Amino acid sequence: MKAVGIVLAGGSNNRMGQLSKKRAVAAMPVAGSYRCIDFVLSNMSNSHIQKVAVLTQYNSRSLNEHLNSSKWWDFGRKQGGLYVLTPFITEENSSWYMGTADSIYQNLDFLRRCHEPYVIITSGDCVYKMDYEKILDYHVQTKADITVAVKDMTDASEDIHRFGIIRMAEDGRITNFEEKPLIAQTNTVSIGVYVIRRRLLIELIQKAHEENRNDFVQDILVRYKDVKKIFAYKHEGYWQNISTIDSYYQTNMDFLKRDVREYFFRDYPNVYSKIEDLPPAKFNPGSKIKNALISSGCIVNGEVQNSILFKKVYVGNNCVIKNSIILNDVYIGDNTVIENCIVESRDTIRANSSYIGEAGKVNIVVEKSDRYIL
Amino acid sequence: MVKKEMIAMLLAGGQGSRLGVLTAHVAKPAVAFGGKYRIIDFPLSNCINSGIDTVGVLTQYRHLRLNTHIGIGIPWDLDRNYGGVTLLPPYEGSENADWYSGTANAIFQNLEYIESYNPEYVLILGGDHIYKMDYEVMLDFHKSRKADITIACMPVPWEEASRFGVVVADEQGHIKEFEEKPEKPSSNLASMGIYIFNWPILREALLTLKDQPGCDFGMHVIPYVHENTHNCYAYEFNGYWKDVGTLGSYWESNMELIDIIPEFNLYEEFWKIYTNNDMITPLYFADGSKVDRCIVGEGSEIYGEVYNSVIGSGVVIDEGTVVRDSIVMSGTHIGKNCRIDKGIVAENVEIGDDVIFSVGEYAESALNPKVYAFDLVTVAENSTIPSGVKIGKNTAIVGKTDAADYPDGLLASGQAIVKAGEM
Repeated sequence: MKAVGIVLAGGSNNRMGQLSKKRAVAAMPVAGSYRCIDFVLSNMSNSHIQKVAVLTQYNSRSLNEHLNSSKWWDFGRKQGGLYVLTPFITEENSSWYMGTADSIYQNLDFLRRCHEPYVIITSGDCVYKMDYEKILDYHVQTKADITVAVKDMTDASEDIHRFGIIRMAEDGRITNFEEKPLIAQTNTVSIGVYVIRRRLLIELIQKAHEENRNDFVQDILVRYKDVKKIFAYKHEGYWQNISTIDSYYQTNMDFLKRDVREYFFRDYPNVYSKIEDLPPAKFNPGSKIKNALISSGCIVNGEVQNSILFKKVYVGNNCVIKNSIILNDVYIGDNTVIENCIVESRDTIRANSSYIGEAGKVNIVVEKSDRYIL
Repeated sequence: MVKKEMIAMLLAGGQGSRLGVLTAHVAKPAVAFGGKYRIIDFPLSNCINSGIDTVGVLTQYRHLRLNTHIGIGIPWDLDRNYGGVTLLPPYEGSENADWYSGTANAIFQNLEYIESYNPEYVLILGGDHIYKMDYEVMLDFHKSRKADITIACMPVPWEEASRFGVVVADEQGHIKEFEEKPEKPSSNLASMGIYIFNWPILREALLTLKDQPGCDFGMHVIPYVHENTHNCYAYEFNGYWKDVGTLGSYWESNMELIDIIPEFNLYEEFWKIYTNNDMITPLYFADGSKVDRCIVGEGSEIYGEVYNSVIGSGVVIDEGTVVRDSIVMSGTHIGKNCRIDKGIVAENVEIGDDVIFSVGEYAESALNPKVYAFDLVTVAENSTIPSGVKIGKNTAIVGKTDAADYPDGLLASGQAIVKAGEM
């Protein structure tokens, strides 16, 4: 219990297009059976961090529904717990969170009342496994003021301009930190995991507030990079951020690779999620499945190829689904063709319809459903 | 004073010896069913769905698996501040230390547990049937008839009636006669082993019959109450109810789940069946895989072909293997190019490459013809089958076998391999 965890999950995101209309990015379904925030919450739990605050604001209903109990991630304990912190009105303040630093400022009492010496700040929109105890050890050992987890992005197709770009000295100290630069000087990016002493964090956040500065990265990390000792900690395993439609699609499709599945699904430690008690998936005559992930509660009567079916999807007779992601609880009528699409959850797709996107530029299918209005 | 209207006592202590090697290491209620469930999940889910939040589970035979499965009852929402699920194994007293000698004796030894909740009614359940039933409706019936005992009954085919306890009842359900496994049944209304008792009546009967050896509900308690009060009623139930007592009926009722619209439908939105599963990942079908008429549990990886089968969670079936008409339970790994026909493969079994099931002609079992009387290859949990062997029909395998256990690479029909210390 050396650290308390903070998950920043409040931001809106227009690069997710229609997919973020219904939910915060942290609540996006990922890999068939999970929500994105499950990865960071499981990391916290597996790193023995018992007290975790999730800061939410934008479109938080779906996220709150997912976090309705803390027991799935083993936070339902007497020591610690899961705190969902939404903006609230006080005598002095009636505004929403104006940025990441402001969201922490508005909940500074939470931090003041903790007794853990360190804080681990993370975000809810990344898919990865990480032992936060190790970065904390590194932070203590290097006597850093702030430690930032980084990763070398080796995949040339990855658009790294949407990340914070880091230049570090040989000893690990960060010499330059640019947020979303036009020209990236290195391919080392910040993966949004920061370790800092709790008292220092409170001090910096308070100072930022007095100066009307609200963003944690710009106004604390970038601003203090020459004043404070900021170190980088290299993360070697899989890491993806899902906050654009492309990266969301790619990250899901990564789970069709055996090594990615082994890493997340079978290797210790586990990733936890809310249990929904759905029956096993059912495959009726006529089903043809090739290279696909199927979640529990699905009933399949047609063809599914290179695709991911999330929970409780019904696929009718003679359907063909290719290179697509079908989110939770979608009903697909008979003789329907879906290619290169992401189908929004709870859609009802009528029989004999066809939705075809282009490879590399997927279609988002949102069909208003009257299934539930009776 | 604290009070619960009705609490349930779930009898889960029996071995279920007719399930053969499947219950070599676990009690029958803990045997896997329908891909991801265990048999006891059905009565436990029925309890919580019926609004019963206090359940005592009486365990005796090999209860480790049951204990770890049930835990403090979280999957069924039975972790309660007051009530919830309690495991009740036999215990040692200052004067006596007895095993549970019969169903009613087990309840008698736990009078204290029941009294601590001060209930009006006690529901007695078995832990070995597959069904969905609203016990609250049965309780309403019980109250409306002002009965002392209500017995849930269902009509069975006449030729099978002699396997059950049958009741003769009038139109109101008032029981005239009670026959336990009669040779010539005078009714086909069979008891399902589900009883609601008025607690004072049950208490009095248990205390009176406490010295009865092997005190049993069907044999002793119900006839005793019936003779004394003539106030027993039969509650007719017409839904799906399956006794999975034999290997044949176990295989059959699993197979019924894969019908296009199964009679026992797990996909209904209400009346969910809950279970304790640590596996939540989606399942994967590889490029060369084929599937037809199956249910497959979470986290399984299928590289081969599966037809007409029930596959559990976390199962791996390698390339070239064909699984047909079989039950494969959670955590099992089947190697390459196998032919798995009509098999019941229990949990965490390791099967090598090129293994062929169900070769040759049917033969009577040399191990136990009463238990193994079906066309099935039964493999107990944690067993190993080496690569390249052939296995005949109506066979059983327990333990880590190697090539030396299979003369000429064959286990002939009707034969069994039981490794020392495994049963």
